[in-house]
Amino acid sequence: MSDSTAIAHGAAETPGHVHGEHPPYQRHHFETVEQQADATNFAMWLFLLTEIMFFGGLFTAYLIYRNWYYPAFVAGSHQLNIFWGTANTAVLISSSFTMAMGVWCAETRRKGGLVLCLVLTFILGLVFLGIKTIEYSEKIEKHHVPGFHYSLQSFLNPDSDPEAKAAGDKPLPLDMARHTEVYFSLYFAMTGMHALHMIIGISILGFMIFRAQAGAYTTGHVTFVENFGLYWHFVDIIWIFLFPLLYLISRHQ
Amino acid sequence: MSSTIVNLPDQSTARIPKVNFITKENGLLSWLLTGDHKRIATLYLISITFFFFIGGALAGLIRLELLTPQADLMATDTYNKVFTMHGIIMIFFFLVPSVPATLGNFLMPMMIGAKDLALPKINLLSWYLYIAAGILAIYTMATGGVDTGWTFTTPLSTHYVNTNVLTTGLAVFIAGFSSIFTGLNFIVTIHKMRCPGMTWFRLPLFVWSNYAASLLMVLGTPVLAITIVLIALERTIGIGVFDPAKGGDPILFQHLFWFYSHPAVYIMILPGMGVISETISTFSRKRVFGYTAVAFSSVAIAIFGFFVWAHHMFIMGISNYAVLVFSLLTMLVAVPSAIKIFNWAFTLYKGSITFETPMLYTFGFMGLFTIGGMTGVFLGSTGTDIHLTETYFIVAHFHFIMVGGMLMAFLAGIHFWWPKWTGRMYPEKISQLAAVVTFIGFNLTFFPQFILGTLGMPRRYAAYPPEFQVLNVFSTAGATILGVGYLLPILYLTWSLKYGEIAGNNPWQATGLEWQTQSPPLTENFLVTPIMDHEAYDYEWLEHQKEKEVTSV
Amino acid sequence: MSEHTSQTANHGGHEHHVTPPIVYVAIFITLLVFTALTVGASYVEMGVWNPVVAIAIGVVKATLVVLFFMGVKYSTKLTKLTVGAGVFMFIVLISMTLADYISRAWGRW
Repeated sequence: MSDSTAIAHGAAETPGHVHGEHPPYQRHHFETVEQQADATNFAMWLFLLTEIMFFGGLFTAYLIYRNWYYPAFVAGSHQLNIFWGTANTAVLISSSFTMAMGVWCAETRRKGGLVLCLVLTFILGLVFLGIKTIEYSEKIEKHHVPGFHYSLQSFLNPDSDPEAKAAGDKPLPLDMARHTEVYFSLYFAMTGMHALHMIIGISILGFMIFRAQAGAYTTGHVTFVENFGLYWHFVDIIWIFLFPLLYLISRHQ
Repeated sequence: MSSTIVNLPDQSTARIPKVNFITKENGLLSWLLTGDHKRIATLYLISITFFFFIGGALAGLIRLELLTPQADLMATDTYNKVFTMHGIIMIFFFLVPSVPATLGNFLMPMMIGAKDLALPKINLLSWYLYIAAGILAIYTMATGGVDTGWTFTTPLSTHYVNTNVLTTGLAVFIAGFSSIFTGLNFIVTIHKMRCPGMTWFRLPLFVWSNYAASLLMVLGTPVLAITIVLIALERTIGIGVFDPAKGGDPILFQHLFWFYSHPAVYIMILPGMGVISETISTFSRKRVFGYTAVAFSSVAIAIFGFFVWAHHMFIMGISNYAVLVFSLLTMLVAVPSAIKIFNWAFTLYKGSITFETPMLYTFGFMGLFTIGGMTGVFLGSTGTDIHLTETYFIVAHFHFIMVGGMLMAFLAGIHFWWPKWTGRMYPEKISQLAAVVTFIGFNLTFFPQFILGTLGMPRRYAAYPPEFQVLNVFSTAGATILGVGYLLPILYLTWSLKYGEIAGNNPWQATGLEWQTQSPPLTENFLVTPIMDHEAYDYEWLEHQKEKEVTSV
Repeated sequence: MSEHTSQTANHGGHEHHVTPPIVYVAIFITLLVFTALTVGASYVEMGVWNPVVAIAIGVVKATLVVLFFMGVKYSTKLTKLTVGAGVFMFIVLISMTLADYISRAWGRW
């Protein structure tokens, strides 16, 4: 290319590169810091696309089996505690709120506010996992974990089971009772995969709290917080769908 | 005819540029911790060549077994393991990453005028994931292999085999993420890092093809990932999602598996088609005919490719109505591929054609991919598919596309961009010989398989009725010739690293920004950010450039 | 300084919108209300409309999160297109797979 049509890339081609030309956090293969922010933001959205398709397989399986084995899914759903489920939904929505506020604090350079919001999000995430632990241990106790001594008693004889009795369940025929195992498989697969994403998110949050306290995100370089926010909201959206699909199949009689 | 477009600098004074991406830093760590897309591409090139030869050795074992009608070379269980690992290695560890991770990684930033991909660390991570997956796959082979076929069909893979399904599944899962990250990187780079003046419709068609393949990688591969997770859960704790005894449906596995694996075949072929667009233009000295049509066809193949997966399941128990719908959609997906073939053919028309090695491979591609593609249409029609599915017709169909098509395109690309990558030309005569040997060997290997399939020989069987032996012997003979054809490039390309002629910036006098830089390129690709002020494949612009510049290396 | 042609500079001209906290508070409260609504709806017998209502409420909640918490309402066309592509592919996966299952025992679903 001839010189008359070339664009000089600032000070990059001179040895002893001067960092005053661009912020220190700008990588050298980017022309401007806006390009870098744009590109990384787009990359996070593409990653979320892969997550949509990843969970998509599970939702497909769920839809098919719910339609094939509706009574089993109803009985299985009645085994879940609606109080904990609603609480968890509220917890996650609140954590999305605190995360969004955290991004706002980063954008408006409020270091203290950012740290507070991240800490709140962190705590709410842990609360979610705590409630999940309570729910899972209850399932383990009642032998509703697929594959491991799975018990059909609650579905063949609902009066023996407090949750089934409270929901007014009728006994299921044997083959339909067996299909409750498919419901719980999907319950554990979907909530388990979701919880795994929560754990990863909370770990990154822990890292971010330290970095935020050091002022890394309140000097104009907000992309990490923003992009993590996108991830966190996405995990919330997954739960927004998991909650009615798993917990609220039919509470009316 | 000794007409050639090759234009090398004066060999007595030419030198490889002292500062280039290879010489910039020394030491193993500078390669293993690099962010430079060209170094990562080189790492990939070495790795996939390694896996190609493992997969090829397994192919050799298959063909040796099939020389005789009896299962006499190895036990039938072992044969199952051999063809399964051949499929897994060739698909996940060679074909899927081949052009994108090597040529795509190397060229794409240069083609768009950027200094690197958008996410260099993710690029390096991609390679490490590939290596980890590959090591796991080799470990799987060493510890007994897996014998379910690369398609892991349930309930065989979940309930009836004791082989390494889980470790292989894990290897494929990790390789899948390698692929996802490569595709993600490409999409971000193409959207956000084009140089000034580089509009979408000035991009080389190679970039369009890799973009389309990247869409497939990002949207399709995660479904494979979740499918493998479900297989693992089924095998370990018996969750029952694919188990009829517990109310599950084995066909659901196939839906989820093929939802990725059909787009996967387009992931494999689209980048190869991108190479063909470049070579066919350069060796006809003519712009690609119908640029817009070819560009949009690439994206159309990607999009339609998502709607046809159940044509792999016509006989598996899906509903007749689903069969009808998927059959119709399969007919539609053939159209954009055909559009590309026609456009390449029209590119040749009235072009100044020369027959350097990349062009020989390109012609091979045009013919063999067309045959493979047309036989795909035969299979898309349910009536014929019912008879031809699970026979050698299918094996021939996909080998025509993948080996006759994709592998030839890959070799065309390697030869075409070899001078840019290494600064040296490969030896022309022996490489043309290798191309011809490959073409002959390929046809001898796989054409008899179409006949075998039509006659009814099933696939994945170690033993077959004696009347099929003659064709099988032809096929094995062809495979031997094909092996020679693939071995030669390893030898002469390695030789050329030291003894090849110095290539200079643009030995092919090709258009494209990558040819405006030195060979091998600088780490940062361009000293100054280019401005794209001309259309793609603009040979008149190239003439102006040559008049303006002083020719020296 | 360098100049960019607007055709390729995707980052040129796009102002970074900062959503005021009051919007976040409003969305937060709305999401909680819809959560209560969906729990309540599950106790009401609506026959075949129960799952429809549940999914619809879920879609509304997800849309609010996407548009406001994730900022898509104020984002570039590319981001909106990306979200749309993801939703589209998700729907293709589910609907085309279901097409097989629905039509297997046609009339007896």
